[in-house]
Amino acid sequence: MQLHQLSLVEAGDLLRRRQISSVELTQAMIARLEATEPNLHAYLARTPELALKQAQAADQALAGGTAGPLTGIPAGIKDIICTQGVTTTAASKILENFVPPYDATLVARLKAAGLVMLGKHNLDEFAMGSSTENSAYGPTHNPWDLKAIPGGSSGGSAASVAAGSAFYAIGTDTGGSIRQPASHCGVVGMKPTYGRVSRFGIVAFASSLDQAGPFARSVADLAEVLQVIAGHDPADSTSAPVPVPDYRAALRRGVKGLKLGLPREYFGEGIAPQVRQAVEAAIKVLEAQGAELREISLPHTEYGLAVYYIIAPAEASSNLARYDGVKYGLSRRAEHGSLMDMYLDTRSQGFGPEVIRRIMLGTYALSAGYYDAYYGKAGQVRTLLMRDFQQAFEQVDAIVSPVAPTAAFDLGQKVDDPMQMYLSDVFTLSTNLAGLPGMSLPCGLTSTGRPIGLQFMGPHFAEETLLALGQAFQEATGHHLKHPPI
Amino acid sequence: MKITPEEVAHVAALARLRLSPEQSAKLTGQLNDILTHMDKLAKLDTSGVPSTNHALALTGALRPDQARPSLPRQEGLANAPDSDGVSFIVPRVI
Repeated sequence: MQLHQLSLVEAGDLLRRRQISSVELTQAMIARLEATEPNLHAYLARTPELALKQAQAADQALAGGTAGPLTGIPAGIKDIICTQGVTTTAASKILENFVPPYDATLVARLKAAGLVMLGKHNLDEFAMGSSTENSAYGPTHNPWDLKAIPGGSSGGSAASVAAGSAFYAIGTDTGGSIRQPASHCGVVGMKPTYGRVSRFGIVAFASSLDQAGPFARSVADLAEVLQVIAGHDPADSTSAPVPVPDYRAALRRGVKGLKLGLPREYFGEGIAPQVRQAVEAAIKVLEAQGAELREISLPHTEYGLAVYYIIAPAEASSNLARYDGVKYGLSRRAEHGSLMDMYLDTRSQGFGPEVIRRIMLGTYALSAGYYDAYYGKAGQVRTLLMRDFQQAFEQVDAIVSPVAPTAAFDLGQKVDDPMQMYLSDVFTLSTNLAGLPGMSLPCGLTSTGRPIGLQFMGPHFAEETLLALGQAFQEATGHHLKHPPI
Repeated sequence: MKITPEEVAHVAALARLRLSPEQSAKLTGQLNDILTHMDKLAKLDTSGVPSTNHALALTGALRPDQARPSLPRQEGLANAPDSDGVSFIVPRVI
């Protein structure tokens, strides 16, 4: 086995036993990244010099006995998360040269835990998309099949972890942007409970839905990353002052007696037969380990997409008003042009088509005369969706479903049909609306070799239950041990 | 038609976007598709249902009113498209 195929936990063991140094591991990962990037395009910025400097510091910590589970492990960060001194573009032309003067809280936490940052991962512009094709810098390809999309918006993160050009990655998930690409690339991804991980220093898309979370190749690896990034942050007023449990301990809980809900609305028409088969087989594995299955109903599921595509664009249109060409980012200033000309030219030339579409949709939904019919109504239906989950969690400990209706589709297949593209998120966006944690993990491959994902959803702050379920599943199966052909 | 070309122009002006005629035509069609899907919300009876703006019942996060170090001016201006070292410079307004 090559170094880049090790799990994070295995690599950490080798480091702490001093069988390899972080510098050696980092050099191997830089070589792996350089070998895979021409095909994948998972990174927007590569930071090998910074990585090696951080690896040297990690080796000192390892020698000094002050190393933690992540110390010296090479990783990548989604390019929508601020990294001091390293460009953060949100995959947009409007932030092409933006160099943040500070770290996002989660990056500061990772640095304190011994981060080695290989670079910044590609994404759909401002995290708006389900395929990474909305990146202003070109799409990422799926390592299992280069013709396929990696999913999105955190497509670079998922593709990179799958291909072994990072041991773990941090993405963001507003409607499925961690779980759907994790599913399409055959890795584990978690969107924690809203407020579990600080949003301070993350470029805002939809503030009531955005949440950062980890990608890794196993549930055990993912738990180590979540342990570091989770926790209250006084700099984010929406971060939750809830104690962080021992996630590693949760891995050993098992699933015996856990009540698992199967929402009938998530197993209806529109699911590809091979996805259904793989998910049903996975559920049988959990049943065999002692989980109790219950059929449940989330009756307002069919309204989720409409609610989401009102609320998310509405919040986005407000958040993205800050890109005005004044303080940072692109600024188009014609000779003798007015301030208004600067606003109009900067925004029209800086934003890509999907971002413009969502700003338009959100501005419309918030505009005089339409507010009640769209934004007001969506907020009310959001309440009904949340009540569905509350009632379900009175009967079950967690919910299981597919992550997406199909495996990864081909690049270019849906770029001209936004409504079809939005349907990719139909099983993931309700958890964002309700603020719940959700996790995606691999549960098989299609006949053409494209990964299929299994989703667990839990009540607020039930990340431990999701980890216990995921760990039990991965102890019984080998889907997560497969590597893509790249 | 849910949204007319005139409304698209109005919304673009509100959002400070300059759209080409081709962009406007394409967007009008796409926004109509999307808004047609939203119609299903109108069929749902939500009378008496409160609106949710936030999934967690967090109350206002307050901290002691103490001065703390903040971003130095130079760093705050470092990404400015134009500045005189003290302020952001923008086109003349008056």
